[in-house]
Amino acid sequence: MKAYLTRRYWFSASHRLHCDSMSPEENRSVYGKCNNPHGHGHNYALEVTVSGRVDSGTGMICNLVDLDAFVNEKILERFGHENLNTLREFQGVVPTTENLCVEIYRILEEGFHFAHVEKIRMEETMLNSFEYAGGRKLRI
Amino acid sequence: MVYLTRKAEFSASHLYHNPELSPEENQRIFGKCNNPHGHGHNYTLEVTVKGDVDQRSGFVVDLKELKEIMNREVIEAVDHRFLNKEVAEFKDRIPTTENLAITIWGWLKPKLQVAALHRIRVYETTDLFVDYYGEV
Repeated sequence: MKAYLTRRYWFSASHRLHCDSMSPEENRSVYGKCNNPHGHGHNYALEVTVSGRVDSGTGMICNLVDLDAFVNEKILERFGHENLNTLREFQGVVPTTENLCVEIYRILEEGFHFAHVEKIRMEETMLNSFEYAGGRKLRI
Repeated sequence: MVYLTRKAEFSASHLYHNPELSPEENQRIFGKCNNPHGHGHNYTLEVTVKGDVDQRSGFVVDLKELKEIMNREVIEAVDHRFLNKEVAEFKDRIPTTENLAITIWGWLKPKLQVAALHRIRVYETTDLFVDYYGEV
């Protein structure tokens, strides 16, 4: 039987939303306070949803220890307490939470093979959240 | 089509152990969840049903009725229980959150005449939950 498992993680990082091909006025108008020159930070909540057949021997889709180890090493260690604008992934890419979602989904899909990566969901603050399923339609 | 979700809470204990595996293997796969006397969680159950809005009542489902069914079929069976010992479905099946979601679907599906069951979501903690949509 197929089920979906979601695990929630946290990391903190800073960013500045700024597009080099826009004028200073345009950047200000599009990004508002998020364009302030020295950046600002968030506590991001990351939800990773994986899916698969529930193994009859273990009762699990995949072992949480494996998921936690992968997310810790490849995502939380990579982005936690960093200035996202300084990272290789965001050279020429504005580190919005949309783009962060796409990047984190890519890391999971390429590297995590113990279950199918279904989607991710990120909360930038308590008032906004973003979901990405590799371009597939999201399920309610 | 409108989707409606009702929550309920229950507290229960469990342990993860597969008798076909050696003690070492059980320990390696399940870690602390294999501790012999079990441990507990405050679970949250979310039941989502779907259906058309009734013209007269304005409801997809009578929430009072849904609440009663959830209490009778699920909460009574699992609340303040040791799942491995007291719930027949988990005598030979490990009471992981995955299996709990699948089992609850099996209990509710035949009892819900009023609206179509869409999803069972079981939170084991605020940072871990499982969804089951009845897929085989």
